[in-house]
Amino acid sequence: MDHLSRIVPVLLQGLPPTVIAAVGGIALTIVLSFGAGLALLTPRRWVRTISRIYVEGFRGTSEVVQLFWIYFVLPLLVGIQLVPLFAGIVVLGLNHGAYGAEIVRGAVRSVPRAQYEGAIALNLSPAQRMWRVILPQAVVEMLPSFNNLFIQLLKSTAILSFITVADVTQQGVQVLVPNFGDDIVLIFTLMLLSYLVLSVLITAAMRFAERVAARKVGRRPSRAARAAAIGAH
Amino acid sequence: MPVWDWGYAFQVLPQLLRALLVTLEITVLGSVVALVLGLVIAVVRRAHVPVLDQLLWAVVEFIRSTPLLVQVFFLYFALPRFGVTLSALTVGVIGLGVHYATYTSEVYRAGIDAVPRGQWEAATALSLSRGRTWTGVILPQAIPRVLPALGNYVISMFKEVPLLLAISVIEVVNKAKELGSATFRFTEPYTIAGLLFLVLSYPASILIRRLERRRAAV
Repeated sequence: MDHLSRIVPVLLQGLPPTVIAAVGGIALTIVLSFGAGLALLTPRRWVRTISRIYVEGFRGTSEVVQLFWIYFVLPLLVGIQLVPLFAGIVVLGLNHGAYGAEIVRGAVRSVPRAQYEGAIALNLSPAQRMWRVILPQAVVEMLPSFNNLFIQLLKSTAILSFITVADVTQQGVQVLVPNFGDDIVLIFTLMLLSYLVLSVLITAAMRFAERVAARKVGRRPSRAARAAAIGAH
Repeated sequence: MPVWDWGYAFQVLPQLLRALLVTLEITVLGSVVALVLGLVIAVVRRAHVPVLDQLLWAVVEFIRSTPLLVQVFFLYFALPRFGVTLSALTVGVIGLGVHYATYTSEVYRAGIDAVPRGQWEAATALSLSRGRTWTGVILPQAIPRVLPALGNYVISMFKEVPLLLAISVIEVVNKAKELGSATFRFTEPYTIAGLLFLVLSYPASILIRRLERRRAAV
């Protein structure tokens, strides 16, 4: 226990890479989810096909393989070596964006038909219809699922230690365990607690977003949507 | 040096396929743990025993909120301090199984909650024992409903097995890494490893989607 004061700072050094990877990954996930998710719903067949290939390709393979492929194979093919943390953010975003695309697609399709008809009757352009009528309602539905997805993403940041990112996992396993072997249980407990704190923060932020989004469309956050999000993964 | 060497690709394929069997073995055994333990958690939590219920909730939330990789490290490196030494393969099966049991328990819970109240009341009226109510009335209705969701988690587990390369389990990605390190050619092994995952999990997910649609139609 007397090593606690030396263990905690080393672990804290791993926190910025973990947080940067998670935040960067989440940002990319949001962009790709909406991009690919809306592309899955367009009338243009070739757009749908490209989006479908992206979604199924990333959902169908293992995240570790994707990480190794982008970090080790891609440089051989195109001659660009990505910085580990950046490669990690790209993989986290691409992988979870593929899952997020299905969330967006499902939520947009769950908006009642009458809402489309109403928007058309009011002579709104297709863009206005999407931005002002459909998406604000769909977002309320998708937030609980995105909460789960972002926590998955946070947990996935641990695999960046495979490509030498000095995140919490790397600091714990590569730096602390070899030097403070006697405190191994303490080290792992602290590592797990760091991730727990971060996922509680994500959930808190998402609950806040749920309330804001629900208020904007004049609703209360629905318990049903959250319950449905647990079953669907 | 060509970008893609077919000769080399065919040379490494048999070894990767053999390693894929290890991946599948861990997936199957891990799934058994996840499906059984998840059901146990769901049924026990349904009883709402005061302290036990809160304790189980906390454990489930803790496991769900922290990375599987770190949990696996814990099982592999820290458990021996408590006198429990497990092989890497066993750690993989238990780690994967317990982690996903926290997800399947939520799925079972949703399935159990969806069984109408009248079914419980009818079982009580027929004075069925607690055990018979579960095995004869509730679960036969709850489980078929949630099969697609459970199937999706099995596919997720399959894709998470490569994490175990961290504790040197020779599954398919670790094999690819090993082959690549020996020859300094990574393109073929990693690409084939990725394709093997796709070839297995894409048809499986289509199958599950079809199952889902058929349930929705009923």
